[in-house]
Amino acid sequence: MNAILIAICVIAGIGALAALALAIADKYLAVQEDPRIGLATAALPGANCGGCGFAGCADYARALVEGTAAPGACAPGGDAVNAELAKILGVAATATERRVALVKCGGTRSEAIRVGDYNGICDCAAAAATAGGDKGCRFGCLGYGACANVCPKHAIRIEDGLAVVDKRLCIGCGKCVSVCPRKLIELVPASATIHVLCNNPVRGPEVTKVCGVGCIGCHLCEKNAGGKEANHFTFNGFLAKVNYENPPTDAALADKCPRKCIREDAHFETGN
Amino acid sequence: MRYLIIIVGAVLVNNFVLNRFLGCCPFLGVSKKTETALGMSGAVVFVMTVASAVTWCLDHWLLAPLGLGYIHTLAFILVIASLVQFIDIAMKRFVPPLHAALGIFLPLITTNCAVLGVAELNCKNGTPFIESVLFSFAAALGFGFALVIFSGLREKLAWADPPRCFRGIAVALVTAGLLSLAFMGFNGLVKLPY
Repeated sequence: MNAILIAICVIAGIGALAALALAIADKYLAVQEDPRIGLATAALPGANCGGCGFAGCADYARALVEGTAAPGACAPGGDAVNAELAKILGVAATATERRVALVKCGGTRSEAIRVGDYNGICDCAAAAATAGGDKGCRFGCLGYGACANVCPKHAIRIEDGLAVVDKRLCIGCGKCVSVCPRKLIELVPASATIHVLCNNPVRGPEVTKVCGVGCIGCHLCEKNAGGKEANHFTFNGFLAKVNYENPPTDAALADKCPRKCIREDAHFETGN
Repeated sequence: MRYLIIIVGAVLVNNFVLNRFLGCCPFLGVSKKTETALGMSGAVVFVMTVASAVTWCLDHWLLAPLGLGYIHTLAFILVIASLVQFIDIAMKRFVPPLHAALGIFLPLITTNCAVLGVAELNCKNGTPFIESVLFSFAAALGFGFALVIFSGLREKLAWADPPRCFRGIAVALVTAGLLSLAFMGFNGLVKLPY
């Protein structure tokens, strides 16, 4: 009986001592933190996607409170979260448009030729490093899914050798943008509906040799969308690019493109 | 020389993870990147060394005189958990850069069985104070050593293309087994004091 009592007392004593030490430490060694850091962290989605450029939601919250970052960088949270953050920080909310990833390539296996037979590691960077990849087009999507593997929301899948973004799931974190060895993924406003699905800036004849749906830079889209003054398209070499500051909305543009590289809502999944 | 043998014994011959199979959870959990593996190893080295010193004192000055050796597991868990919490608070206050580096790993190792294991081993073997602290330090170094090697392997493994059923944790476990076999090769390298 006595032994049990001693054991109980010793364990209880150690526990009480430790609790006391921790309580004192918490009181006297506490670090004064701005309470807004905790509030801002709680307001953020907690996905830790890194899309804002910080290591995680807590890091972004800290930068917000310290004034080194502005609210509005959180793509997954959207307007609701940014308004909440602005309220916590006591600054005016800046509206952000939801941005989603767009894979600027339409070269499926049937449309774009493959010049080799790649049997290596199933990764775009590895494929691109092996004699420039098996795709005839040096600018197109290799389709080995580096972007799909890195996507935190599983919003990208590979269909017929081409990465396809599901617009509904994409949170615009930009991880796929940085991982793509061909640099053909771009974050575009979710509201834009007309896209140029090509990334090949070389001359027309060379594009048609390797791809059935490559942009040849014929400027027809620009003409159809109201000419140069309308400023709906920009050109880089022989490659048309939608000006996302001022995106075109006319669905007929897609039908009029002779190369069928302009698509309405791309190979995005449109769904609501 | 005896100290050297203790260090070699704990780091290589009786490696905590690969030979005694203690601390397998963080070994698999935080070994995906070398960077996080290094952070975890740092936290383990720190906590294990301090915890072994404290548990030695507890065992020799409180539990042993009262004849309470049979509840040392319970007492050690209690003390180690509070100690880690205390270190966490104190570190945040006094060495914020170190806290930023080790911070998230500290709570994770509160109940790391390697930390408890080393305290138990010291207690069982009746090691003197200096040697038990040195042994714990070396054991934690061995843990970190194994963790860093394994994370390097797993970074390479991410590029491999194993059959679908082996992907992820399955092939990691196979790799851990092979690494453990390799470390078994150190058996008999030194004559161990314990």
